[in-house]
Amino acid sequence: MKDQNIQTHTFANGLTLVVERMSDVQSAAFSLLVPSGSIFDPVGQCGSAAVLCDLMTRGAGDRDTKQLSSALDNLGLQRHESIGNTHLTFTGATLASNLDEALRIYGEIIQQPRLPTEEFEPARAGVEQALLAMEDEPRQKIMQELRRRCYDAPWGLPSDGELSDLPALSIESAQAHYNRCFRPDETILGIAGNVDIDQVIKHTDEIFGGWQPKSAPSYETGPRGKARDHIDHSSTQTHIGIAYEGVPYRDPDYYAAWAAVSVLSGGMSARLFTEVRERRGLCYAVSASLSSLKDEARVLCYAGTTAERAQETLDVTVHELKRLATAGAEIKDDELDRCKARAKSSLIMQQESSVSRSSSIARDWFHLGRVNTLAEVRDKIEQLTVATVTDYVNRHPAGEFTILTIGPEPLEEPRAVS
Amino acid sequence: MQFHKARLDNGLQIVAELNPNAQSLAVGFFVRTGSRDETSDVSGVSHFLEHMAFKGDEKFSADDVNRIFDEVGAKYNASTSEEVTLYYAAILPEYFAQTFEILAGLLYPTLRVDDFAMEKKVILEEIGMYEDQPAFTAYEQTMQLHFNGHPLGRSILGSKNSIEALTSDQMRAYHAQQYKAGNVVLAIAGKAEWPEILELAEQYCNRWPAGQTDRPTDEAQPTGGLSVLTKEGSVQQHVMRMAPAPTAASPLRFAAELLSVIVGDDSGSRLYWELVDPGLAEAAEIGYNEYDGSGTWLTYLSCNPESTAENLERIDAIYQGVDPAKPGGVSEEELEIAKSKVASRVVLRSERPMGRLGSLGSNWLYRREYRSVEDDLNVLSSMTIDHIRELLDAYPLGHVSTVTVGPLTELVVS
Repeated sequence: MKDQNIQTHTFANGLTLVVERMSDVQSAAFSLLVPSGSIFDPVGQCGSAAVLCDLMTRGAGDRDTKQLSSALDNLGLQRHESIGNTHLTFTGATLASNLDEALRIYGEIIQQPRLPTEEFEPARAGVEQALLAMEDEPRQKIMQELRRRCYDAPWGLPSDGELSDLPALSIESAQAHYNRCFRPDETILGIAGNVDIDQVIKHTDEIFGGWQPKSAPSYETGPRGKARDHIDHSSTQTHIGIAYEGVPYRDPDYYAAWAAVSVLSGGMSARLFTEVRERRGLCYAVSASLSSLKDEARVLCYAGTTAERAQETLDVTVHELKRLATAGAEIKDDELDRCKARAKSSLIMQQESSVSRSSSIARDWFHLGRVNTLAEVRDKIEQLTVATVTDYVNRHPAGEFTILTIGPEPLEEPRAVS
Repeated sequence: MQFHKARLDNGLQIVAELNPNAQSLAVGFFVRTGSRDETSDVSGVSHFLEHMAFKGDEKFSADDVNRIFDEVGAKYNASTSEEVTLYYAAILPEYFAQTFEILAGLLYPTLRVDDFAMEKKVILEEIGMYEDQPAFTAYEQTMQLHFNGHPLGRSILGSKNSIEALTSDQMRAYHAQQYKAGNVVLAIAGKAEWPEILELAEQYCNRWPAGQTDRPTDEAQPTGGLSVLTKEGSVQQHVMRMAPAPTAASPLRFAAELLSVIVGDDSGSRLYWELVDPGLAEAAEIGYNEYDGSGTWLTYLSCNPESTAENLERIDAIYQGVDPAKPGGVSEEELEIAKSKVASRVVLRSERPMGRLGSLGSNWLYRREYRSVEDDLNVLSSMTIDHIRELLDAYPLGHVSTVTVGPLTELVVS
């Protein structure tokens, strides 16, 4: 594994820059995390962050919405804005020689957005269109609705908003969200690519150094949804979502938890794919993944199957999840070795992509307050043994499931599989 | 970056773009077969066969195949389109030989009867999964309507009935006919050694039967039409429309890619500003798809049912206004922006061997042509408004065939 050149710099106003130089690529990518995500949506205004996110690129500084778009397109910037529960994330990638100018424009977007009144209704309508589209896509909808039922509010509430709350939003509420939440403290800028690190630090200081800090906004907590639930939908398939507790990224047990989920779903030889699809032909799609917030985490599973086979699919899937912690079905050396091999190849392939490195180092800083080098991650994965992973599984057995179905008929409680 | 090519005696074509500085390599077998090469009684067999490939051969069982790919940490899969079935893996260089053996083995599976019966259930589930995706339903129905009577109109997945009726003997016959070495391109991008590639190909592909199959590639002459599929309980209206566009062999294809970005990219395009930015539609895009002997402009609209007709009129007006010779037509500035966008996409995608594999294999499969990243960037930068005009003269933007899926029971279109 090649040595990495990574530096971090926290500016006086609290903004942290994490930069990785990658000399083998022509590109540079950034990932800017502003702590203004959907957990800060006021109660009854779910969608406030989503509308604000849409408004952010509708004019900034001297440029109106079209001028802004042209300026970024002229730089060949591939860009994306997304709403998470903690952050609004702005990402971009282009040729390394265009990075400085792209960052300069993002400095204006973040610090001097126009948030114009006339753009509010189009932004709100865009958010509404996306939510309506999700109503027709049960496979997407189930993961959003599963989160609502396995995390407390506001963590489990949909980041993309709630149709019923959209009428309560206004340009004033969007501006208020901006004024309350956009601040350099806890903002993270991850940059990776063929860049000069000192130059990037200097440039970032010029762009964001004058941004004034402010106090952290508050959010309101509330209960989560029902642990067993069904949403009626006239779909061909029954879509099944299952969630249970995991440990977050910064937990010392994280890599053991990751390995346990990988044994279940880390490739086509993993247990869920083998038992549910290959041995029984119950479904096309079945998977589990470890999803981490800063302080808590869940394993989220999905299976989609025609209605008449849905009960069996649920039974077999839950059986596999529980079986990891039972005698006779212990994790084996070769299963763990395959997880390690897949991780190693992913880590090395990350070094070929400025986009994946920039988001990875920004994410590390958020969760850990430091950046794991790829060699450190590799070592942690190498150190895993069947004993340490089994020990984790015994301390955190899959159970207390949240189970949600979307489809023509509800299912019964999971039954024992012979 | 170094290009190599070779041909085995049985007709297998081998192309490689090697980069000693890469960290990984990507390897793919591009088989020139897909739904357009099927007959009605075996509809869906190409895709079903692609699944059966992973069930192993005389040497490896299905479990072995999945296990070995995972043991080397491969990112691997397969895909089936109207024209190409692709088997691929991205791996670390040290696992090349091991991966090659298993990947090459996929192309000549045993097709055991038990595996066939089990996988049939999975295919039927996959059909069910796509039924729950209205945009996919719209795409498949539009292809059928637009290419009615032409091989490109055949469904990739097949139908519930055709899959239920399919036998393993029919699959064997299709495999014997289509999986001949002359129909296959082996492409490799990234860190590998050319002599080792040749050695492995000789070892594992040399016994493949020689030969090649022809496919009729007459340009489709769609008569078009309108089909309204009412889906009770759905919320959004999905519309797909198709019109003829340049073929995979046409030099106009570069201009077509640029025009689709100018008119219908998912941001900053004419459709975006007119429909998506104001919140009138969830999506409004036009894409260019190239096939052997045919091509399509594919328009996609997703919006509230009640605004569908108005939005389609807006799209019509945009298409009528693109002619560079007329006021408000495509401008130099728009063309330059589209070039920047596409060039940046090409460069970013090409940084990974896996990002190069598709273009390397497809260029050879379709055109027996190698194009470096630089070649692509050069042709992009050479495009002018005259090329756009020439393209629009031959293949105007428009709609010949329309399919809509959603709550509406009727739709009036121009």
